[in-house]
Amino acid sequence: MSEEVQHLQSRIWQEEPEADNPFACRAAYCHGYDVYGEMLGRAGWAEMVYLLFRGEAPTRTQAAVLELLAVALASAGPRDAAVHAAMCGGVGGSPAAAALIAALAVGAGSLGGAREVRLAMEGWQACGRDLAAWRRRWTEPSAEPIGIFPPAEHPAGFDPHGVSTATPVRQVLAHLAALTPDSRGAWLELHRAELEGAAGHPLSLVGVAAAALTDLGFSPVQGEMLFLLLRLPGAAAHALEQAEYGHKKFPFYRLELEDGPTEKVR
Amino acid sequence: MSWMERYLLAITGRRFAPRPLRLLEAIWCYTSYPDARIWNNRVSALAGTTRSTGNLGLSAALALSEADIYGLGPCVRAIEFLIRTRVELAGGGELAACLRRERSQGRTLGGYGRPLCAADERIAPTVDLARSLGLAGGPHLALAYAVEALLIAERPALRMNYGALIAALAADLGLTSHEHHLFLIPLFLAGMAPCYLEAAAHPAGAFLPLPCHGVAYRGAPRRTWGPA
Repeated sequence: MSEEVQHLQSRIWQEEPEADNPFACRAAYCHGYDVYGEMLGRAGWAEMVYLLFRGEAPTRTQAAVLELLAVALASAGPRDAAVHAAMCGGVGGSPAAAALIAALAVGAGSLGGAREVRLAMEGWQACGRDLAAWRRRWTEPSAEPIGIFPPAEHPAGFDPHGVSTATPVRQVLAHLAALTPDSRGAWLELHRAELEGAAGHPLSLVGVAAAALTDLGFSPVQGEMLFLLLRLPGAAAHALEQAEYGHKKFPFYRLELEDGPTEKVR
Repeated sequence: MSWMERYLLAITGRRFAPRPLRLLEAIWCYTSYPDARIWNNRVSALAGTTRSTGNLGLSAALALSEADIYGLGPCVRAIEFLIRTRVELAGGGELAACLRRERSQGRTLGGYGRPLCAADERIAPTVDLARSLGLAGGPHLALAYAVEALLIAERPALRMNYGALIAALAADLGLTSHEHHLFLIPLFLAGMAPCYLEAAAHPAGAFLPLPCHGVAYRGAPRRTWGPA
C-alpha cells in the first residue's frame, strides 16, 4: 500500500530542482516570474514585495507609493515603543532575532501598531469615502470580535495623545495625494480636518499608512503584516546602535512605586 | 511557595489554596504533547534543526500558541463566553437564545469541536481530578456541559474540548478572562522543549526537509517580467 504523498500548496512560489539534487533550487518563479533569471537587476524591492502579496506586478505609480510608504515607515525613531523594545535587545546583547521579535511584539498592538493598521483598513473597507459612515463608525461602534488582543481604545488611524496633526503625517499624506490624486489618500487629505473632528483626535501616520495600503489593494490582514515588516529596518538599526553604545549609556529609569507592597498587605 | 502559586499571585494578586493550585497545575500537565507535527511545536523543532537557540524557538512557538483555531484564542473566547453567558442566565436569559445570538454575530464559539480530531482525551482525567478535589461543582462547568448538550444535538462534532473545560474550571476558581489568558501562556511549553531537543540532536536540516517537488504550485503560469 503506497503512502499518500502530502504536499505544501502555494500560489506564490514554484521551484525547479537542480538535476543532481532535488533539494537544490535551479530556478524559482514568483507568481510565474523568473526571480533569478529575469527579475534580478530589473525589479526593485517594492515591486517584489507587491508581487509577493498581490500576485501581480505593480504599476509604476503603485510601486512608487509602496516605495514612499517604505521610506516613511522604515524608522519610527528611538522614542517609539517597538524600537525601544528592539534596543532593549541590542543593549543587553540578546540575539538579533530577539531584538526583532521584541519590535514585532510591541509593534503589533492597537496603539500605533500593526493591529491599528488592520482596524483602520477595515474602516476603509466599511466606510470608504463616506464621511457620514466614518462618523457613525465612531459614534456607534459595533462590538469588536472577542480575541486575544485587548479591545481598541481609540478610533484606529488617529493619535489619542495628539494635539494637532504632526508635520510628518501631513508631509507623507501630501506626497501620497500628489502621487495618486484619485486615491483614498487624496480624499483623506481633503477631508482630514472633518475626520479629525469626528474622531476627536488628529490623524496619525498609521491612518495614512492604512489609506495607502488600502489604495494599493492590500487586504487588512496583508496591511497588518506589511506594516510589521516595513517597521523593522529602524528597529534593527537602533538595536545595533545601542549595542555599540553599551548599557551604561542606555537609561535605566528611576523607579517610582505607585503602591508600596507593605501598604497593600495592610 | 510553588512556582504555580507564585505565577498566579503575579497574575491575580491573590493567593490560591492547595486544591485549586493542584488543579491548575494539572491543567498544564495534561496537555503539552511533544508532537512536532503540531504547528506551534513544529516551530520549536524547526528552530532545532536550523540550529537556532532554544529560547528563540520556544518563544516563537509560544507566540504561535495565541492562535485562532487552537491554543489560546479558543480558550479566551470560551471563558469570555462562559462568564458573559452565566451572568446573562442569572438575569433571566435563556441558553439557546444566547447561543443563537453568539453564533449569529459571526463569533466562533471557542472550546467546542477540534480541528484535527473530534474527541478530546484530556477531558476525562481533568474532570476526574476536579471531582476528586471537590472542584467540579461550579456553575461555569455546569454551563459548559449544558452548552455542549445543545451543540451536539445539532452537530455531533461540536463536543466540548479541553479549551472550554479549562475555561470553565478557571472561571469557577474566580479567574477573569484576562487572568486566564495569562495563566495559559506556558500551557504547551513542556511539549515544545522535547521537539526542539530532538531536532537539535539529529543532523542539521534533517527535520522535515522538503524537496522542490514537495510544494504543489497552484499559481499563475510562467510569464515575462517587463516594465509596467
